[in-house]
Amino acid sequence: MTRFTSLSELQQVQQQLIAAKQKLTRRIVVCAGTGCVAGGAFEIFAELTKQLTDAKLNIVTELQDCLHKGSKPATHVSTSGCHGFCQVGPLVHVLPDDVLYEQVKLKNVPDIIGALLGKSPVNEKLLYKDPITGERHKGRNDIAFYAKQDRIALKNCGLIDPESLEDYLANGGFNGLFAAIKTDGKVIIEAVTKSGLRGRGGAGFSTGRKWKTAGDAGSPYILCNGDEGDPGAFMDRSIMEGDPFKVLEGMIIGAFAMKATRGYIYVRKEYPLAVKRVQRAITELEKAGLLGENILGIDGFSFKVSISRGGGAFVCGESTALMRSIEGKIGEPRAKYTRSAVKGLYDRPTVLNNVETWACVPPILENGYQWFAAKGTKRSPGTKAFSLVGKVKNTGLVEVEMGTTLHQIIFDIGGGIINNRPFKAVQTGGPSGGCIPESMLDLPVDFDTLTENGSMMGSGGMIVMDDRNCMVNIAHYFIRFLLEESCGKCTPCREGLRQLDHLVGKVCDGEADATTIPQIERVARAMKLGSLCSLGMDAPNPVTSTIKFFRDEWEQHVHDKQCRAGNCRKLIFYSINKEKCTGCSLCMKACPQKAITGTHKDGHSFVIDRAICDKCGICFSVCPDKVMAVEIY
Amino acid sequence: MSNADIKTPQAAHDFAKLEAILARYPRDEASLIMVLQDVQEEYRYLPCDVLIEVAKALDLPKSKVFAVGTFYKAFSLDPMGRINVKVCMGTACHVRGAQMVLESLERGLGLTGPGNTADLEYTLETVNCVGACGMAPVVVVDEKYYAEVQPDKTEKLLKKGAI
Repeated sequence: MTRFTSLSELQQVQQQLIAAKQKLTRRIVVCAGTGCVAGGAFEIFAELTKQLTDAKLNIVTELQDCLHKGSKPATHVSTSGCHGFCQVGPLVHVLPDDVLYEQVKLKNVPDIIGALLGKSPVNEKLLYKDPITGERHKGRNDIAFYAKQDRIALKNCGLIDPESLEDYLANGGFNGLFAAIKTDGKVIIEAVTKSGLRGRGGAGFSTGRKWKTAGDAGSPYILCNGDEGDPGAFMDRSIMEGDPFKVLEGMIIGAFAMKATRGYIYVRKEYPLAVKRVQRAITELEKAGLLGENILGIDGFSFKVSISRGGGAFVCGESTALMRSIEGKIGEPRAKYTRSAVKGLYDRPTVLNNVETWACVPPILENGYQWFAAKGTKRSPGTKAFSLVGKVKNTGLVEVEMGTTLHQIIFDIGGGIINNRPFKAVQTGGPSGGCIPESMLDLPVDFDTLTENGSMMGSGGMIVMDDRNCMVNIAHYFIRFLLEESCGKCTPCREGLRQLDHLVGKVCDGEADATTIPQIERVARAMKLGSLCSLGMDAPNPVTSTIKFFRDEWEQHVHDKQCRAGNCRKLIFYSINKEKCTGCSLCMKACPQKAITGTHKDGHSFVIDRAICDKCGICFSVCPDKVMAVEIY
Repeated sequence: MSNADIKTPQAAHDFAKLEAILARYPRDEASLIMVLQDVQEEYRYLPCDVLIEVAKALDLPKSKVFAVGTFYKAFSLDPMGRINVKVCMGTACHVRGAQMVLESLERGLGLTGPGNTADLEYTLETVNCVGACGMAPVVVVDEKYYAEVQPDKTEKLLKKGAI
């Protein structure tokens, strides 16, 4: 794309691109998020393009080609970022017909093309099947998973080609910047403040107020936190992979408002595709004159952005640790006597917002702060993206208005629990959050309500658990996670986690006594009071919240030495139910310890020798779902 | 890099590759983590002699380079195997049985925990969430992601590189 030296020039090209896009007869979008790529999305894309060319269809893969190909009707084939419905990938979406094909394999490509050319009906088997009604749904908007969402940050994800600036422009990209540069910094910051936008990374601090402090302090660094270390969360990854231009547009607006000249995007190294796409977007914007010196020909509006790749440390999601890491130092947090907005990166004023927050900025400027403030709840306006994962039928990314209840998210959008097992808990807020029981499913999800109830909304990970997940085991899992990730700078966090690991481990192993739980609670209190950063302060949350809401289960581990969910190895044993066993001998073949004996086809003969069994659980996982003869006691 | 090279970690390294890496970034402290990442990728670990060269090139104390090299999980001061197997231990993978997958891979590779196989063919690692939670449990072999890995399928994965 050529370099734009004025606003009108860019807007003119945008109009041409919108017109070109409207002339397209069809668009075929292949999801190329990490999940679908693992399922072979790129191979499917290549095969589709090849077969469409063979079928003599006029296809374009780059939107700018439409500008030159003129009036000839064309079909646009492209990849996109994550559609969010990872459960049923790889996905292929045909527009404007709105046919969403799921679990597409290479051999299905001719079916899709057949339907496209009107030669054969749409292959029903490739359409989404509602897990409750069993009905097949053709369009994306017929599926409850999508229909009940309200997407702002994720709006373009799955619709546009994340590697094409043209596609972004044709979808209203940079309208936010257009609106912003017609005003001045003060007005922009006021709009962001009045929209009520709060940091989507978890802390929920008012974005406008942060901007004001940093803007007043003078020419701050603009940082984007794409570290997303919370296990079970991938909203930011999907936005960076699916709509990188929007994040950058948000940062450019921020730079304009606060007269900043330098920005960094900190991306985890575990997200190679996100690094690639964001880097590509930066290069494109530099070429187009939307990053660099005198942006859009505006004198003195210069902004440079580069990527800083993380080194794989959870603590670097903490703001001050992240800044140390960008400086090339080890990522240890500092005490925040002075806010980063005043003294942050290289001791200069710094604005750090996470990916989703930046992605919310352009729509706020484009549609006005009233539009954003009208959504959600009074104290938490707007929408929030969640990654709905774990034991839920429809796993994936969902974006809903703040204040939507957990029940609506898990059951209406998520479709309920896999295999219709009983719901037990939902873990929110990552390792700093807690587990919420069934009795609290009607809580509205926003920044404050979940915190008041012992968990937190956090950055948006929601891990659903069923009756086969032990709450003590989950608490132990998070403690071990944090033990490994604690930077070790302050004692309460470093040593407290070690003690919690030891004490919770004793409960899991059936070695605890009546003093253990009170002792755990004492250590938890000390960590809350004494830790330097929120990693340590919030670290006991998974333990305290499960003790609070699932005390029975903890007591059972302590007093009865029992784990009902069957996760704590020292408290369980595996056994074969002779009545159910069909004698298929799959378990016998799979057992690494050779602990299972029996005669093939004689269900009554199979037994597990408990002296040899090391409870690895393979027999349980290989036993066919229809049989379920291996049982846990 | 040949296998022989991996087996003799103390042998002098080819600094030409390092020069190419250093040329990508400005020579200051802020480049350190990214330089080390590229070194890790190129040499498959952070060799001592290369780290000393990095310290010289960026004009940093050696202690600083080693501090960063040992703080972040992305780096290893020991040689890594030819094939890298990462088991995601994120929460979504955990609740869907990642621990069993990890143990099954350990058995398959003859290891008692994450680490290298004796012949340096494989390195087994755990990783705290690769952000592909919809596909849990996830195993990443080199750059390829495998979805919904079951503990009884890992043998096949190691043998054929495919499930």
